[in-house]
Amino acid sequence: MSIMVKVEEKLYQNRYIVDESRPHIQIKSEEVCQSCDRQACTFCCPAACYSKNETGGVTLVTDGCLECGTCRVVCQDKGNIAWDYPRGGYGISYKFG
Amino acid sequence: MVEKFDAIVIGAGPSGNAATYTLAKQGLKVLQLERGEYPGAKNVQGGIMYSHELEKIIPDFREDCPTERHIIEQRVWLLGDDNYVGTNYRSEAFNTDKPNRYTIIRANIDKWWGERIRKVGGLQICETTVTELIRDASGKVTGVRTDREGGEIHADVVIMADGVNALLAKRAGLQTEAAPENVALAVKEILFIDPELIQQRFGIKEDEGVVIEIMGKVTKGMCGTAFLYTNKESLTIGIGCLISDFKNGDCPPYKMLEDLKKHPVIRPLIEGAEMKEYAAHMIPEGGYKAIPQLYGDGWMVVGDAAHFNNAAHREGSNLAMASGRMAAETVLELKAAGKPFSAGNLAAYKTKLDDSFIIKDLKKYRELPGIMHGNKQFFGAYPDEITAAAHNWFTVDSVDKKTKEKAIMKAFVKRRSVMGLVGDAIKLVRAVR
Repeated sequence: MSIMVKVEEKLYQNRYIVDESRPHIQIKSEEVCQSCDRQACTFCCPAACYSKNETGGVTLVTDGCLECGTCRVVCQDKGNIAWDYPRGGYGISYKFG
Repeated sequence: MVEKFDAIVIGAGPSGNAATYTLAKQGLKVLQLERGEYPGAKNVQGGIMYSHELEKIIPDFREDCPTERHIIEQRVWLLGDDNYVGTNYRSEAFNTDKPNRYTIIRANIDKWWGERIRKVGGLQICETTVTELIRDASGKVTGVRTDREGGEIHADVVIMADGVNALLAKRAGLQTEAAPENVALAVKEILFIDPELIQQRFGIKEDEGVVIEIMGKVTKGMCGTAFLYTNKESLTIGIGCLISDFKNGDCPPYKMLEDLKKHPVIRPLIEGAEMKEYAAHMIPEGGYKAIPQLYGDGWMVVGDAAHFNNAAHREGSNLAMASGRMAAETVLELKAAGKPFSAGNLAAYKTKLDDSFIIKDLKKYRELPGIMHGNKQFFGAYPDEITAAAHNWFTVDSVDKKTKEKAIMKAFVKRRSVMGLVGDAIKLVRAVR
């Protein structure tokens, strides 16, 4: 939990232009996550967008997404992530990069 | 009527900027599309900029390019648990009118480059995500679709400079998804601090810079590296490992970064600095063997999207700029000759790449990614043993030197065996020759 707090503190420094109720990444099937042994997205995502939930699946909240693409690469064997860029102008807006 | 351009460039990173600028400067009607709020808003770089390639494209870039510090000292550190073994190279000769390497803040450079593109007549439109390539019945790329209303735009040729994710090429079936062992994930922070402190801590004057490339225990046995760079009023610190290793491990990247910042030899350098941004980015690490198809009817791919990154030498943005320039020069030459942008004619782009440092260097290190990925001792056992050996050697304790030598050799043999040590040496030679 302390790790979660830390990454949120990091993300708090970033500028985001949130596209309300239009997440650019989606989990395709809850069941596929539930049957996934390692759920590597939950510890590979640099913004901790993915977390294990009570049903044994994974919950995705894209608000802090850094648009790196790691989750898509990690999940390619399962192919359970629909990954797109946000609409033009939305999402992470790096001041420094 | 649908608007038509000579060329469309997708993305405003180093490769897209190089291509757009080169085309616009020669008077072509070029459109550059960028999905970020401004150029640079989606870009992440360590970053070190190598001036030689930028100079080829914009010879007078130093007049107003917002670089940070020119680099006079390069350090390479191998970190143990609470120590490091390192080498430094510092030279007064790097203090010239035309320095070869600068630390940079990526967004500043891309905003500057956007201005320069506008000055030579290029059209750069931001806040526009290209959703797919438009192809005719024969498969030739004839334009792009964007997420703007009526967002169909046509061009004679499309240059994909859309970065490491390369979604457009993947969607069009021109590339496959990158294997987890062929891409790294790097995370970094920018830490603001009084420039006087930077100068004191790193032993440099105003405008002079130091870069530290780091390997060792901080990557927790994973195949990866870290870095610490000095900017004018800030430091950037980052760490990255292959995604396959993150996937097989259990350490989140931000935890790894936090541990790096707390390392006893790193902490005093960054103490008191204020974090202002946290970024993450993938880096193409597969080298020569991971390079995709680079051109086809009506299209070329450049920069990270073409997997151009020399991991061994920490060079990426110069390969990006060079490939963007070469793609643009190919367009200019075909246009001047009145030839169509067919796959056959665009093969000239590949020839330029083959004749350049880009493919020559990637070919030289073609075995490196596989060897590093498959031999974790280079990231675990060796940092341990080398730093322990240094500790033993530099501790003066009345043990005679011959006994010390024996103890050090014994430790290496115990860890890797004699054949293991020989094998590792052969692997290293194979990886870099």
